[in-house]
Amino acid sequence: MEMPKPDTEVIARKARVVARLLSVLPDDAVIHDERETRAYECDALTAYRCPPMVAVLPSNTQEVSDVLRICHSEGVPVVPRGSGTSLAGGALPTADCVILGVARMNDVIETDYDNRLIRVQTGRTNLSVTGAVEADGFFYAPDPSSQLACAIAGNIAMNSGGAHCLKYGVTTNNLLGVTMVMMDGEVVEIGGGYMDAGGLDLLGLICGSEGQLGVVTEATLRILPTPEGARPVLMGFDDNEVAGACVSDIIKAGVLPVAIEFMDRPCIEATEAFAKAGYPMCEALLIVEVEGSDAEIDHQLALIMEIARRHNPVELRESRSAEESAKIWLGRKSAFGAMGQINDYMCLDGTIPVSALPMVLRRIGEMSQEFGLKVGNVFHAGDGNMHPLILFDANKPGDLELCETFGAEILKLCVEVGGCLTGEHGVGIEKRDLMHVQYAAEDLEAQMAVKDVFDPAWLLNPAKVFPLDASAGRRAVKLAAQ
Amino acid sequence: MMVRSEQELAALVADAADPLSIRGGNTRGMAGQGAALSVAGLSGIILYEPGALTMVAQAGTPLDEIEAALAQENQRLAFEPMDHRGLVGSQGGPTIGGVFAANVSGPRRIAVGAARDFLLGVRFVDGRGVVVKNGGRVMKNVTGYDLVKLMAGSFGTLGVMSEVSFKVLPRVETQAALVLHGLDDGQAVAAMSRAMGSPFEVTGAAHDPAKGQTVLRVEGFEASVAYRIGRLQTELNGMAGEMTVLTASEAEAFWEKQRDVAVFHGEEGDIWRVSCKPSDAPALLAKAGAEAHLLDWAGGLIWLRMAQGSELRARLDQFDGHATIVRASAQTKARLGVFHPEAAGVAKLTAGLRAQFDPKGVFNAGLMGAVA
Repeated sequence: MEMPKPDTEVIARKARVVARLLSVLPDDAVIHDERETRAYECDALTAYRCPPMVAVLPSNTQEVSDVLRICHSEGVPVVPRGSGTSLAGGALPTADCVILGVARMNDVIETDYDNRLIRVQTGRTNLSVTGAVEADGFFYAPDPSSQLACAIAGNIAMNSGGAHCLKYGVTTNNLLGVTMVMMDGEVVEIGGGYMDAGGLDLLGLICGSEGQLGVVTEATLRILPTPEGARPVLMGFDDNEVAGACVSDIIKAGVLPVAIEFMDRPCIEATEAFAKAGYPMCEALLIVEVEGSDAEIDHQLALIMEIARRHNPVELRESRSAEESAKIWLGRKSAFGAMGQINDYMCLDGTIPVSALPMVLRRIGEMSQEFGLKVGNVFHAGDGNMHPLILFDANKPGDLELCETFGAEILKLCVEVGGCLTGEHGVGIEKRDLMHVQYAAEDLEAQMAVKDVFDPAWLLNPAKVFPLDASAGRRAVKLAAQ
Repeated sequence: MMVRSEQELAALVADAADPLSIRGGNTRGMAGQGAALSVAGLSGIILYEPGALTMVAQAGTPLDEIEAALAQENQRLAFEPMDHRGLVGSQGGPTIGGVFAANVSGPRRIAVGAARDFLLGVRFVDGRGVVVKNGGRVMKNVTGYDLVKLMAGSFGTLGVMSEVSFKVLPRVETQAALVLHGLDDGQAVAAMSRAMGSPFEVTGAAHDPAKGQTVLRVEGFEASVAYRIGRLQTELNGMAGEMTVLTASEAEAFWEKQRDVAVFHGEEGDIWRVSCKPSDAPALLAKAGAEAHLLDWAGGLIWLRMAQGSELRARLDQFDGHATIVRASAQTKARLGVFHPEAAGVAKLTAGLRAQFDPKGVFNAGLMGAVA
């Protein structure tokens, strides 16, 4: 992975930058010792590492504003960081940057049940937002797999979703307002406790912009009443294509499950060996979950099982209790860990139209043979978000590169069938140079024009999202201006 | 001017030196200044996959055609776009591009999201005449910046959409509505908040003070609808004197009128639309001095009928939300601005984006942003 050369002039000014940062932040919020900055050298895409020049941990919007103003005047790139769980290298530092971590900003500012919203500092973790309101019968819907650790700041940056977003949508559908600090230190308020912006939908633009337009320090989030209950059904099929058709028929029948999860044989085998969830050995397995009152759940599951029976399942298992539900989810939730037991793996994140599912799985199987690397597939079938896990050996020279090439081929296939490069992990550095596959030069120009407006000097989270060659001109202008 | 292809649209915009007034069916009373440019000639459904809940259509496709195709597969546009014709006195037919350009959502917005939440992908022509695409036709997509959201609700001021792809949902088996009688605005908002905070999946919450009716919609499978109406009655017991239940057909008729703000059809005066925190609605109503009003979105959306030329925003003062003119004389619109003024920081970003996407200033001049 190529990164731009660090700016040696910026690094030469490190002492001055640190001194200025210390003038606005407490001593323990400015980390500049080389041994300590190493803790910030990567996010969850651990294949790439680079310690930042400095890391700062501000406690409020004012401190963030002070930091950005200083970095702006010094021409220092800033890489915002939530909890560092990005799988796409979205928070990977550069050697000449200041990492701005929001982890200390984790307060609940306001809960408002009458208006069904919560206002938090964005360093707060996803699950702890629900934690703050669940005793009163509410929850925050977007549920990325990393929700125990990941921060709302990163959720907004990546527009995160999860297994239940088939019904509840992703972050952008649950975000009402933000307090955001621009690169020059100016603080702007966008949206609020009401629905739908009055002017241009800047909130929609910020969500998913990967920390390149501003640093979001506070967020107003929609909270929802907790459903009366939820229960899954597990079904196994001896053919991927049949499982895909079953998903499509469930959706067409007018039932809207909260989740439809899909696992293929390699993934089932690995999961069974690891978690022993009692899954049937078959080609494809679906977990479909519905919500509501007991009677409503019974009714919906009956409809879903009737549809499943028409596709000759090898197994059909309806949960009757909380224990059975947990057992059904156990394997799915252990899938990533299970694959990790076998070998190192790379987790991809492409999306496809559901109709293309059988064809894409078949092609991935063929490519797996060609590349000589095993693949397990686990994904959110309801919305076509695939997570092929490619197994490789990190200690074997050349294996990582082979794995990357294979991964890129799968993502190109996703785009070819009408899907996209990333459904929930983001572009980061990982898919930056594949953006040409999905977007023409003028499409990328339109997106980069937005960054020109929000961050004219291109200092925020540089060298992410856009292919290096596409952004080269803009970055060069920035350097020349200093 | 009526274009027949995206290519023709791009060429026309590239050559344009003077302002263009962009329109689909021109039924929303929201076209800006300039020579009329209609995209109604860009019409037709390009792709419809009921099993994937997605449709792709050219921007000028009539909404009727979209809804008829969806009905055949027992699906619908869940965000329930309102029809402005009765309210603003316009003719013609709404188009799907217009629905998304104006981010038009109806009562179900509180439960399922706005039009913008359903828009998955766009193709548009920017102010230089360049064709740009963003998003796609899958539910989840975080590939690059979300210009799809930026285009939704931009009222044709950043680009002219030529193609939209969007998410649809299954139609429900049935519906019913619980009516609470005799509540004032404050009591109605409290009751609607209680209902929306319950797990019984209310998909509409409106209050008509003229009739003294507060109406809550429940949709889904028949047995479930009956169960949830019953639970809501118990939940709201004590918050209202009398409660009655509307049958499926009565409820359907009610929500269509509510969606289109039928109580104001044919009435004199300016029509304003205020988006606010539901609990702020009663106090805002007291300040507004309106001739009539209607609440939707559990109180988060206030429809107001005001004496002509009323300076509503001055009366409301600072609040968490915004007020938009939906119907008024051209002079009033020009004097007050159709859209709520933005705070300085936001206005700067808006102006910056407009300069990038429409550097010649040809799109819908004077409509959005600074008062002309």
